[in-house]
Amino acid sequence: MDIRRAPPSRAASGGVEPRFRQVGFVTAAEPARGPVAPAAASPTASDGLSPVMIPPPLIPVPAPASESLMPSSPPPASSYLLEVVSDLDDYADDDDIDVSWARPPPPALPEPNKRDLTETKNEHAPTSVAQKPKLSKAERRAIQESQRAAKAAAKEAGLKPTAMASDASTKISKQPKTAKTSLKKVVNQVNPPVASDKKTGERPPDKDRKKDIPQPRMQFDDAHRVVKAKKRSVVSQSEARNRVELFRHLPQYAHGTQLPDLESKFLQPDLMHPSVYKVGLQYLSGDISGGNARCIAMLLAFRDAINDYSMPAEKILNRDLTAKISSYVSFLIECRPLSISMGNAIRFLKNRITKLPLALSESEAKVSLQSDIDRFINEKIIVADKVIVSHAVTKIRDDDVLLTFGSASVVEMIFDHARELGKKFRVVVVDSRPNHEGQRLLRRLVAKGISCTYTHINAVSYIMQEVTRVFLGASSVLSNGTVYSRVGTASVAMVAHAFGVPVLVCCEAYKFHERVQLDSICFNELGDPDAISRVPRDESLSHLKNWAENENLHLLNLKYDITPSDYVSMLITDYGMLPPTSVPVIVIGSTDVDHLIIVVGFKFLPARIAVLTVHRTGHGTRAHMCTYAKSKAVYQQLMFSVFGSPSENSIFGIRRMADW
Amino acid sequence: MALAAVIRSSRATTMMELEIELKKASDKLKVDSPDDFTCSAAPSFPVAVSWDATSISLSAACDLFMRFVTRTSHLEHEKFDAAKSRLIERGEKFGEISLKARKTIAMLSQDFIHDGCTILVHGYSRVVLEVLKLAASNRKLFRVLCTEGRPDRTGLRMSNELAALGIPVKVLIDSAVAYSMDEVDMVFVGADGVVESGGIINMMGTYQIALVAHSMNKPVYVAAESYKFARLYPLDQKDMTPAHRPIDFGVPVPTGVEVETSARDYTPPQYLTLLLTDLGVLTPSVVSDELIQLYL
Repeated sequence: MDIRRAPPSRAASGGVEPRFRQVGFVTAAEPARGPVAPAAASPTASDGLSPVMIPPPLIPVPAPASESLMPSSPPPASSYLLEVVSDLDDYADDDDIDVSWARPPPPALPEPNKRDLTETKNEHAPTSVAQKPKLSKAERRAIQESQRAAKAAAKEAGLKPTAMASDASTKISKQPKTAKTSLKKVVNQVNPPVASDKKTGERPPDKDRKKDIPQPRMQFDDAHRVVKAKKRSVVSQSEARNRVELFRHLPQYAHGTQLPDLESKFLQPDLMHPSVYKVGLQYLSGDISGGNARCIAMLLAFRDAINDYSMPAEKILNRDLTAKISSYVSFLIECRPLSISMGNAIRFLKNRITKLPLALSESEAKVSLQSDIDRFINEKIIVADKVIVSHAVTKIRDDDVLLTFGSASVVEMIFDHARELGKKFRVVVVDSRPNHEGQRLLRRLVAKGISCTYTHINAVSYIMQEVTRVFLGASSVLSNGTVYSRVGTASVAMVAHAFGVPVLVCCEAYKFHERVQLDSICFNELGDPDAISRVPRDESLSHLKNWAENENLHLLNLKYDITPSDYVSMLITDYGMLPPTSVPVIVIGSTDVDHLIIVVGFKFLPARIAVLTVHRTGHGTRAHMCTYAKSKAVYQQLMFSVFGSPSENSIFGIRRMADW
Repeated sequence: MALAAVIRSSRATTMMELEIELKKASDKLKVDSPDDFTCSAAPSFPVAVSWDATSISLSAACDLFMRFVTRTSHLEHEKFDAAKSRLIERGEKFGEISLKARKTIAMLSQDFIHDGCTILVHGYSRVVLEVLKLAASNRKLFRVLCTEGRPDRTGLRMSNELAALGIPVKVLIDSAVAYSMDEVDMVFVGADGVVESGGIINMMGTYQIALVAHSMNKPVYVAAESYKFARLYPLDQKDMTPAHRPIDFGVPVPTGVEVETSARDYTPPQYLTLLLTDLGVLTPSVVSDELIQLYL
């Protein structure tokens, strides 16, 4: 049967089809899924989702009878894709081993499924994970362990079996549909090695083999993984209640539940260096916020930690120090998820540690590392900011009305410098809830004598008529020119674009990232939902006080959003003023690797994976893009969104692999 | 050429002095009028049609020359005289490259001109002229619509030359561009400067033509040598150094009436299809990549 044909009609029905989850916020209803036998090899079942459809969750949806379900094949599909990703250099490995491996023995299925349904229901009960699921999981684990052992023996690329083992066990334990999310996990593989810190405990021997291919990012809607992560976590915190379905893959913890644990840990100095601890708490409380500030604070804390570090006798400095830094990083992640600037800084630091010559004595190594950190902060942040300011003030003329959103440190510096140069301009500060970051900026600008206007984001289209330039900061700029920054930036940029006002994004080059992201959903940070429900200083407006008790109400506090490159007129970086399309050149130019493999995944386009290989040659960079696209239209769409236009110069050769 | 002559005649004994002299000379070139320089220098030095103090291609060329010549770091280790002769070599090479650039561009553009096509050109550009010359000598059949190019009337000059080559030419007034755009297959323009965003700065009227062509889905090809890549990034039309040209209306302008005398406009990259340069056929976003490689 050709499963590929059938789904489009269902997609066209607007997603009411039972096997797809409803878009938006739903509660977990009773599971009505019967046993699902994995189908014969049909790798394209996941293909049926149109780009608009959202892949179903791991938990069961209100789904009617199972006969309407295709005996679907997401397991084989995703295993195929896992294959794609893992066997990038290893095409010799056959599919049949993996296909058979991915398809669990049918008898094992029905029972685990039913048990699993109850256990996923339990997930939704607040906080604690029930004991029951663990037992049933353990039983199934035993079956999988044997398969996994056989698998690991057969596989050459040692990394992927364990990934797939855990994936497989989750796949088997959850609905076959839900394997799509593990597909998502694998597919969303672009990220800094920082995320791999979570898994270093799990797979130490594979560290070397992981060098080229980035680790899958931790997806928090996989209960299995979450449980594992919890066991390894330094601080225990409880998950938030009433989580929004669409963002289940992002971590969200009830705010403040980690504090008791943190307090008890404070008196164990060997676990955590006090500077790191302090910085973690500052992140948690929101005292330090903003990409540069967080990065600098973290680096200085690490500097102190390295200073006080004393190497145990038998260990090697590199490894031990790297492990220590990784443990600090996991702690910081639990206080607040890392920003991209921090991720890049950590990558730099780890790089420097591994590159230390072994002949160095301990004190020399420490001094060298400290000077590296100082140099990084100085060159990449402080001096870079000065360069950005010097470029940006050339774009400010007299009688300009400049608009900014939120509070970006570098934008404040720009306004300051322009005022010093004697330019006459006024500033409009646009702000938004819940943090009201713009108020801090406003206070500082007014104190310096710059005439300002302050408004909230709901008035941005009203105020945009008077504006001549928009200056925005960024948390990061991704490789296709999209800007990842505070939530609300995209709206401001869009309105500016509609009014024909140039948008200048100011971002230091160390914040650039090789990842490509097409929407704000697949990677983001969830803040505390209570911050939305509370309106400070006005208790009469607290209608949402008891939101947690209402099952139908979910609050979402997103921290970041992405601004497409079309809305950005110019990027001001320490490399000068660039168009957004030039970001890959900078990213590639600043990495050490000569051969970079980047896997780009798309949350809404399963089975479309693009692999971008970049080769450095004497004349610059050539990028070959291989796309495993299922259709030419999607391929073009993919190329377009990733590179801005199908004929971008960055692509010298394009090879289209045959369909699987 | 002029700058290469500067190197030759310089009596500096260290690299730093030489660089400073070069910088002074290039600044002088940018600022002073052509009378100060010998005629032999002028034609060989690639400049824009209108040699004026604000010529972007001139300053871009000077900057690039400076970069090109002083870029090599291994020069530091050699004796100064050897280094100096090396620099002179490179300087002359730069001059050669610039002259040959037009031939390369003409060769690359041949694929874009097919038999029976109608090309719209704007103003007088020697590069575009070279392109069409080569196409005509390759016996391609095409016709050219040429805008008048007020106020310089450069369009008339262009049509003169084209007619001399035996190419069927039709002259339009600048306002008739949209009217004739239906019958046009492609637009060819030159550039005073190619800016970092991938857009071009060219004679007044180019932006208009590009807008009309874009809305009617006609390709706009820009023929520009690579030394014209400048490190500017205009955000809008007024974001450039102003360059004015007096306009003669034939009748005296009444008092109290202002005249827009700007000589240049900026065409954003989204309205340009391809850039034909001596580095190859490029898309507008590549300009920044090239500049990064050159300057960083």
